[in-house]
Amino acid sequence: MIKFEKLHKSYPIGKKDFLHVLKGIDLHIKEGEFVSIMGSSGSGKSTLLNIVGLLDHHDEGNYFLNGQKIQKLNESKAAVLRNKFLGFVFQSFNLISYKTALENVALPLYYQGVKRKERQKIALEYLEKVGLKDWASHHPNELSGGQKQRVAIARALVAKPKVILADEPTGALDSVTSDSVMNLLKEINKEGMTVFVITHEEEIAAQTQRIVRLKDGIIISDELTKNK
Amino acid sequence: MFDLDRWREIFQAMSKNKLRTILTGFTVAFAILLFTLLFGIGNGLQNNFKSQFADDAVNAIFIRSGKTSKAYKGNQIDRKIQFKNDDFKFLIDKYDKKIEYITARVYKQVRAIYKGEQSTYTVRAVHPDHQFTEKTVVDKGRFLNNFDLQKKVKVVVIGRLVEKDLFGNHTALNKQLNLNDINYTVIGVFSDVGGDREERLIYMPVTTAQAIYGNNDYLDQIVMTYNPKMNVDQALNFSNDIKKELKKKHIISPKDQAAIRVHNVAKDKKDVNKFMSVLNVIILFIGFGTLIAGIIGISNIMIFVVKERTKELGIRKALGAKPKAIIGMILQESVLITTIAGYVGLMLGIGILKWYGPVLKDYFIKDPSVSKSVVIGATIVLIIAGTLAGYVPAKRAARIKPIEALNAD
Repeated sequence: MIKFEKLHKSYPIGKKDFLHVLKGIDLHIKEGEFVSIMGSSGSGKSTLLNIVGLLDHHDEGNYFLNGQKIQKLNESKAAVLRNKFLGFVFQSFNLISYKTALENVALPLYYQGVKRKERQKIALEYLEKVGLKDWASHHPNELSGGQKQRVAIARALVAKPKVILADEPTGALDSVTSDSVMNLLKEINKEGMTVFVITHEEEIAAQTQRIVRLKDGIIISDELTKNK
Repeated sequence: MFDLDRWREIFQAMSKNKLRTILTGFTVAFAILLFTLLFGIGNGLQNNFKSQFADDAVNAIFIRSGKTSKAYKGNQIDRKIQFKNDDFKFLIDKYDKKIEYITARVYKQVRAIYKGEQSTYTVRAVHPDHQFTEKTVVDKGRFLNNFDLQKKVKVVVIGRLVEKDLFGNHTALNKQLNLNDINYTVIGVFSDVGGDREERLIYMPVTTAQAIYGNNDYLDQIVMTYNPKMNVDQALNFSNDIKKELKKKHIISPKDQAAIRVHNVAKDKKDVNKFMSVLNVIILFIGFGTLIAGIIGISNIMIFVVKERTKELGIRKALGAKPKAIIGMILQESVLITTIAGYVGLMLGIGILKWYGPVLKDYFIKDPSVSKSVVIGATIVLIIAGTLAGYVPAKRAARIKPIEALNAD
């Protein structure tokens, strides 16, 4: 599903220097896997996720998404691929504050050109799936952190992507809520979805099936957990 | 390319961010308001000038005589020049093609009496063409005709106010009016936009006046309108030529400015037109300046709006919004705000002009208003302005990398 070959990425610092963030990543994630990327801040894990999510470009090496080689994508093509293949879950939820839960979930379908009625029907189904059907007409500021993240997960799922990319999905949540969010992700994975989580918490990583540890831009370990 | 969903998105974004929307619109509304007021006042000034010329035909030429100010070819200074019938005939013979209407004028003060009512009026004895050089409107009966002139008939056409003064509520038509002890039949009543003074005149055939009051062929004035096919410069050349020829005929020095005076309305018109065009340029300049300031204002606010919405736009992009969709959204929002706010300003401006129009009359501003074409033009300008104002911010919004947008706070 996701395949990296000798992936490099660096960011310019000032006019001359570069910060080499990813120093040759080789990684292959198959369909239906539940993978976590572990690493301290600055290890390059967020950069990796951004590249997977087509939110950023890599400099060197190859990246295959669903068998398609990703290179020199313009914004429009990237937007189509993101919409089709990828669902995002962010640490800070990133819900649009002036839209209701239902409207937030329906937004990816809007960009797919799905009709309004149809959009709302599908969005409601997914809200039900994350247990928030009754909160459909509420705005994000009326929801708890856990509820917000579940809305975000429903939004990530609504366009039926191939991969769910979760960037510290529990980072802003307490442990009880964290567990409920992780359980939701596990359920989704059980239904066959590839889930890709970034975290720096051992307990979160332990709930996934495969842990890839990153340090200073290289993979230092890649092992399966007993969950598999 | 009507997209209901797009409009829904925009209306939601606008109504959920009311203050932002209102502030954006205010700039434009204010700019358009000023623009409308300036335009209206400019129009008012122009209308005022136009009405000043409404009395006489716009292509009228007035020829008067006076006393010579220079001795010339054995003639003394201070010689009185008197126009006579042959001067009138001379002009017709010489300039037939260039003249549209021509009439002489002989003035006479008379005491008019009708059944005990009496008053003093000015008789203006003229040719039938006078109706057209003066834009006289015949309300009742008819104006003088050639037959009246040939037969020197004792008929008069009286002003609306003469009728009112002497006949009260009764019609003067076909009544006998006594002027300096001679009876005349009233054959017509006229009105004139030139005001009360014009409407207290009495017209009679020039031949009748000459026979009865002087037994001579003297003329006080000659008035004509030039052929309207001539442009202003040709008309000015024409009147200069008349002056020259008449001076030659009466043996007056070509440098004598007092003996023959030719007044061409075209000249006034030309001067006023020059003034108006300068005024128009100034109004346009200030008006468009205001409008441009408004556009830059809204553009500025839109840039700020895009900045404020960076995160939202980043989310939209992460969810699959193409740059085109982002540009379209911002542009459409900008156009919508500009158009609505612009209309509010326009209507406000028109309202103020309507309301205060009558008050402004004292300041030489008559009927200040904005024409339909200006309204339509302003609408088009608004839409273009909205597009322009939204374009830079929209382009900027589309260029934001989703990753940077998401990290923004």
